[in-house]
Amino acid sequence: MNVAPPPLLAVEDLRVSFATPTGPFHAVRGVSFTLGRERLGIVGESGSGKSLTGRAIMRLLPASAQLSARRLSFDGIDLLSASTKTLRGLRGARISLVMQDPKYSLNPVMTVGEQIAEAARIHGGVSKIEARLRALAMLEAVRIRDPERVFRLFPHEVSGGMGQRIMIAMMLVPEPDVLIADEPTSALDVTVQLQVLAILDDLVRQRGMGLLFISHDLELVASFCDRVLVMYAGRVMEELSARDLASARHPYTRGLLNSLPRLGDERAELPTLSRDPAWLEER
Amino acid sequence: MSTWQDRLLTDTPRSRREARLGALYRSWLQFRSNRLALLGLAIVLLLIVVAAFAPWIATHHPNEQNLAQRLLAPGGAHWLGTDEFGRDVFSRIVYGARITLYIVALVAIIAAPIGLIVGTAAGYLGGWVDAVLMRITDVFLAFPSLILALAFVAALGPGIENAVIAIALTAWPPYARIARAETLTIRNADYIAAARLQGASTGRILSRHIMPLCLSSLTVRVTLDMAGIILTAAGLGFLGLGAQPPLAEWGAMVSSGRRYILDQWWVATIPGIAIFAVSLAFNLLGDGLRDVLDPRQKK
Amino acid sequence: MISVRDLAITFGSGPGAVHAVRGVSFDVADGESFGLVGESGSGKSTVLRALAGLNRLWTGSATLGETSARVQQPRLVQMVFQDPYASLHPRHTVDRALSEPLEIHRIGDANERVERALADVGLGPAFRFRYPNQLSGGQRQRVAIARALMLEPRVLLLDEPTSALDVSVQAEILNLLRRLRVERRLTMILVSHNLAVVAHMCDRLAVMNRGLVVEEMDVATLRRAEPREAYTRQLLTASKGYDREVASGIVTFD
Repeated sequence: MNVAPPPLLAVEDLRVSFATPTGPFHAVRGVSFTLGRERLGIVGESGSGKSLTGRAIMRLLPASAQLSARRLSFDGIDLLSASTKTLRGLRGARISLVMQDPKYSLNPVMTVGEQIAEAARIHGGVSKIEARLRALAMLEAVRIRDPERVFRLFPHEVSGGMGQRIMIAMMLVPEPDVLIADEPTSALDVTVQLQVLAILDDLVRQRGMGLLFISHDLELVASFCDRVLVMYAGRVMEELSARDLASARHPYTRGLLNSLPRLGDERAELPTLSRDPAWLEER
Repeated sequence: MSTWQDRLLTDTPRSRREARLGALYRSWLQFRSNRLALLGLAIVLLLIVVAAFAPWIATHHPNEQNLAQRLLAPGGAHWLGTDEFGRDVFSRIVYGARITLYIVALVAIIAAPIGLIVGTAAGYLGGWVDAVLMRITDVFLAFPSLILALAFVAALGPGIENAVIAIALTAWPPYARIARAETLTIRNADYIAAARLQGASTGRILSRHIMPLCLSSLTVRVTLDMAGIILTAAGLGFLGLGAQPPLAEWGAMVSSGRRYILDQWWVATIPGIAIFAVSLAFNLLGDGLRDVLDPRQKK
Repeated sequence: MISVRDLAITFGSGPGAVHAVRGVSFDVADGESFGLVGESGSGKSTVLRALAGLNRLWTGSATLGETSARVQQPRLVQMVFQDPYASLHPRHTVDRALSEPLEIHRIGDANERVERALADVGLGPAFRFRYPNQLSGGQRQRVAIARALMLEPRVLLLDEPTSALDVSVQAEILNLLRRLRVERRLTMILVSHNLAVVAHMCDRLAVMNRGLVVEEMDVATLRRAEPREAYTRQLLTASKGYDREVASGIVTFD
């Protein structure tokens, strides 16, 4: 990209904290990034604040959370000052969130097809018949073999991998501009994972969607995304091009990479990560 | 924060006892934040104190009749008035607290363990044990509890012990159901599998692994049911099938006072207020306990 | 040490029956570390639970030592579970979890044994009286490993012991398991979907798919990425990260 188009999503100095009996707990501390029509990965261990960052953008934080940012805008709309109504109009329609576990995100008493069709109807403003056709097309797009049959199934009747694909279909049917995917494939087998990623990949390339891919899996993110943010303890340790992950310079990123067992190596002992308290300090 | 609080809230307790105390103290801190539950606890504690020290708190003997002073209005020597036999209502309420507490405690001691054992055994063992135990439970559940208690009392004869047994026999089936449902959610947990792998017997798994986990939801339910138990006991007393005269039982007091309700309201109203206050207190306490003991029910 | 012949496990009956394991055979020598690899639904965990004696409804034969796996042998076989958040009793302190097996088998000097067990898995005495909710995932898994080793078993069954953990914690746990295996001459079966973890931990492995063993190989073959079967080759390429070409070439094996 030579001439940078305006970013879809701009986040500057994002902070999330929770009040606890022993004082405020700062879960996200000054995260900044922009997202264009690209695949941006956020990598971190549990507790790094990566999921909260995704939710903060959707303004879907628990009531006990305190959110602040110097800037939090989507396509020129200020998400911080936006009314509940504006936010509701954006969520699902223009920004979507796919979470790790489809079980909690699908309505158990509605067939999956109806749920996808409903998403198309509410956000796309199309007729019932049109919504059904779109839902079926979307199920096919996420490589479900017999969409007509799956359309009529209830969530408990589908496997985990299929449930995740259905979730993604539901989130994608309104054709959002930005998709925030929080560990969308962690519960899936590697082969299914690749197929699901291929769907997301195509959407970014063909429709120009912006994808924020949140994951704990460094190598997967490196192979899938364009850029990677490495988070630790609520802060961004470093930002790098996914291609350069292997040559990451920050000791945290290096430590994570080193601690992975690899097929080819014959190390008896895996180096463990020693955490430097200096990483916690804000620069 | 003072040192004993630090010790209790430490992340590194030094003995089992300290760990347990620390866990209890954390629960108490959480419970304390619920004002209504504290009020409930205060009333229940008051009930216990009054029952324990009844002879010192009461101003008169509860059964001492004085027909010259019958149906006196509250005030003077008789703070809450006297009843149709000239007995001091305040003293009878104070002594009645003993009977109420006695009923509530006995029912809890009988019904909760029966329910716990039946429910956990049915849930953990499954198969025909489950089928047999739960059908028996269903039979008991099929009757309205007051009617069943009435039938039992009619068969066993009126009296406070029989009333307790009758209420206990009608109170356990819901506990069995709760314990069974709880057991079903934990019987396939990895930590139960781990206990089996270590060679723990079925009895040990039930008593040391499963029952402690059912206990919290059961405690909540029993506390909430206390109100109902008090009402049932009062109902039996009201119908003359519970405590027998001249015992100062609140339900019986309402019953005998109802003839004078229009002119001498205090005779029936004051025991009624006592029943109401204690039932409410148990309900508030139960709600507070649920927030502490049953994290799933939290808002 | 472990011998499995034509092991078949079916859940349910009639037309709705699920044939989770459809005739699996393998042997694990004394002191060997054996991996069972496969995707979800391959039956790998089901085999492990049968070997642990947690599921007795199977046909074929499965023996540990000289005895059928239907008989529980607490002092021979123990198991570590996948989810450290579900494998410790929420109301039992670490101390109680570790003393329980000693109590059951009436083993004395519990005090010293518990302290030694904690030290062995790299936890200090400060952890002894904590409840599971006061521990991190990695610490819980260490406690679960300590608990499994309390009775000094010779066989340790591991069901995805690190898949719920962060990679840095995974490295610590894998190092710990490797060290304990050498120190105690343990025979191990490790179930995992992660080929790299199996390559790191095991001597030999079997790849499973849909209740059958696709192939058995030694770990050198896996490291050289020279499996015999197409299914294993696909699994290998897929686990190397995202590649659009690989993704579109994925086929389903029945």
